[in-house]
Amino acid sequence: MITADAYTFRILRFDAKRPEEPPAFQAYRIKVIPGLTVLAVLNRIRDEIDGTLSFRSSCRSAVCGSCAMVINGRIDLACRTQVASFGTSTIILEPLPNMEIIKDLVVDMTPFWKMYEKVRPHLVRESADPVREIRQSEKERGRIDQFVNCILCACCYGACPVISRDPEYMGPAALAKLERFTLDSRDERPENFLDTVNNEKGVWGCDMVLRCIDACPKDVRPTDSIVGLRKALVKKKAKGLLGMKKR
Amino acid sequence: MDMLSHDVLIVGGGLAGLRCAVGLCDKYDVALISKVHPIRSHSIAAQGGINAALANNPDARDDTWEKHAFDTVKGSDYLADQDAVEIMCREAPEIVYEMEHWGCPFSRFPDGSIAQRPFGGAGYPRTCYSTDITGHVLLNTLYERAVFKGVKVYPEWHVTALATEDESCHGVIAFDLINGVIMPIRAKATLFATGGYGRVYFYSTNALINTGSGIGIAYKAGVPVKDMEFVQFHPTCLIGTNILMTEACRGEGGYLFNNRGERFMERYAPKAMELAPRDIVSRSIQTEINEGRGFDHPLGRYIRLDLRHLGGKKILERLPGIRKICIDFIGIDPVNEPIPIMPCQHYSMGGIDTDAAGATPVRGFYAAGECACVSVHGANRLGGNSLLDTIVFGKLAAGSIDAYLSGGGAVPDEKAVLRLAGDMEKKISGLVSGGKEKTFALHAELARTMSANVGIFRRQDEMEQALQDIARVRERYRGAGVSSPSRHMNYELMNAIELEYMLEVAHTIALGALLREESRGAHSRRDFTKRDDEKWLKHTIARRGADGSPDTSFRGVAITRYQPMERVY
Repeated sequence: MITADAYTFRILRFDAKRPEEPPAFQAYRIKVIPGLTVLAVLNRIRDEIDGTLSFRSSCRSAVCGSCAMVINGRIDLACRTQVASFGTSTIILEPLPNMEIIKDLVVDMTPFWKMYEKVRPHLVRESADPVREIRQSEKERGRIDQFVNCILCACCYGACPVISRDPEYMGPAALAKLERFTLDSRDERPENFLDTVNNEKGVWGCDMVLRCIDACPKDVRPTDSIVGLRKALVKKKAKGLLGMKKR
Repeated sequence: MDMLSHDVLIVGGGLAGLRCAVGLCDKYDVALISKVHPIRSHSIAAQGGINAALANNPDARDDTWEKHAFDTVKGSDYLADQDAVEIMCREAPEIVYEMEHWGCPFSRFPDGSIAQRPFGGAGYPRTCYSTDITGHVLLNTLYERAVFKGVKVYPEWHVTALATEDESCHGVIAFDLINGVIMPIRAKATLFATGGYGRVYFYSTNALINTGSGIGIAYKAGVPVKDMEFVQFHPTCLIGTNILMTEACRGEGGYLFNNRGERFMERYAPKAMELAPRDIVSRSIQTEINEGRGFDHPLGRYIRLDLRHLGGKKILERLPGIRKICIDFIGIDPVNEPIPIMPCQHYSMGGIDTDAAGATPVRGFYAAGECACVSVHGANRLGGNSLLDTIVFGKLAAGSIDAYLSGGGAVPDEKAVLRLAGDMEKKISGLVSGGKEKTFALHAELARTMSANVGIFRRQDEMEQALQDIARVRERYRGAGVSSPSRHMNYELMNAIELEYMLEVAHTIALGALLREESRGAHSRRDFTKRDDEKWLKHTIARRGADGSPDTSFRGVAITRYQPMERVY
């Protein structure tokens, strides 16, 4: 027999189309059986209590990246967070920080995608493609593994303290995407492409406080990518100083 | 009312839609409309892999596209059109290489070639993969390609109706969710790549966005649908959340056990065992559960999927995503414990009736991917063939649209689009003025009857019950209303609009299933237990009649070189 426990969900409500009404928490009382996720409860609240509540969701299985939000002060995907995991009967939900609220838990991700597009997020090839696959060793494939796992949910972008003070900073996800291609043995982008991130808006902006790693629901470590890109830039500069040939 | 205009409209930002868009955007004014950001599309959730006879696996050096085609046809229980299957399997290696050249990070064999694993119903290990996130890497690669090509995207726009008049398509009515505005869009050619209808069922692996409304919209606009009764139930889905546990779990060597500790697949498919096709494994699991050999759990009866003998290293290397899902969603580490699974709705073999180039009987209207029925999957799709289907037919549809437009195409009729926009305005006004029926409750009722009465095993009286239930929900839907009159960011309103189309989809599924008096592939009748090639080696076509009810007809199956045989594994 499953017994339901009573929970209070306090959800931050705001509608950008009604800017005169400031953001405010609204409380919903709901009975929840063990094993339910925050997303499952959000769906029940919208269905059964308040049809005006807005949040994004799709896959329910932590792969599509739609439902990133702040849950009891922690950034995570609502679909993979168990309601019971906090040991409290109150769950507080807020939208992802560092982006403008469109409505309730839905934020405008345009700046996030703008940064993503800046890093040329695709394989760059100079050589002609072979008839079959471009060969890549298991070790070379392994090098990009963690960055390939990124689901672009923007948990890291919301957690980044640098973005909160400098919205022009590219942010963890975009830099991780760049490193995913830089480290790919098949990528042939010109070495000087890294110059585009060789500044305070790019790799040197990072404070190295590792909040992005903490926030990532897929165990990606964006800081590793930033360290990797910094190393590559320093190495390139040293080569330049020693008068070695540049590509 | 404002109106937008494009040469080509692509509806759906998953693999099929993106592949079609990148194939056309250099030459035409192409716009892609997606109700979620394209990267959130359900293609992202595919896990196990994509089939192509590359012959990279040392155990598959003599694999060929013809063998792939044979496995596909046999898997389909001979309902697939063999000319279309041949096209898909011949295109497969080129498609996989193209995705690799565009950056797709496939897993590799020690020689640096693309890794390939065994999959259900396949005579050779030919499923190319990237650990257990193959859909994720393919979708990212195609989205990256679309960004590189500068494809115009309208994200979070819902298409709510299709404008067809005089057997031609003139465009769509879209709804901009963020601004709450109805927007008619006219186009010379429109492609639907809107995915499957999993949410018509109560137990489904599908994402919440997979309502099948695209299929319902096309059907309501007079486009025929085909083979709707063929619904795939995936054998291994987590109990409770019904999250997919990829077929690769068994491809990598996982076992299925009942409560007596038996590897029961021995009784149903002694040679293929756990790697029999999905329809057979799902029926076997359901039979074990029905006959009392399942395990009990508050969330439902289940069977065990055991990976423990594979060892931690292999699980971490090949199935890391599965392990993480199990830990996050049910608190089980498959390295140490078996996974509790049950069969759930997973895939739509049927869909919008298209030819092998994505064209439908309505001029200027095309479909590709899961929403379409070519048919390459027939009565049962093989694992690893759905990702392939999306990209191959997304590409071929681009070619077909190009040929249509190069030949002049048609001039879309603005008035037809505007008239329909007027209808949509009335419909939305009605919903926001607040009827008393709540659509979430109606949806639940629909989904429950579909899971209970048009499921893995089917019987006449149950399907008749489903049809009655659907009719009752449809009647109640006339009194549906939403809580808030404001139209922007109103997900309840979007759900209410989609439910109308879900009802149409469910109706065609249940009706097709009732009509087809045989058992073939995923369509398994308790009252007609045998395949009947004499009467039923044909496709079911449903077209909406003038009074709103389906007119059904049938079309023969294209057979080229594989004569129907008994299907034994």
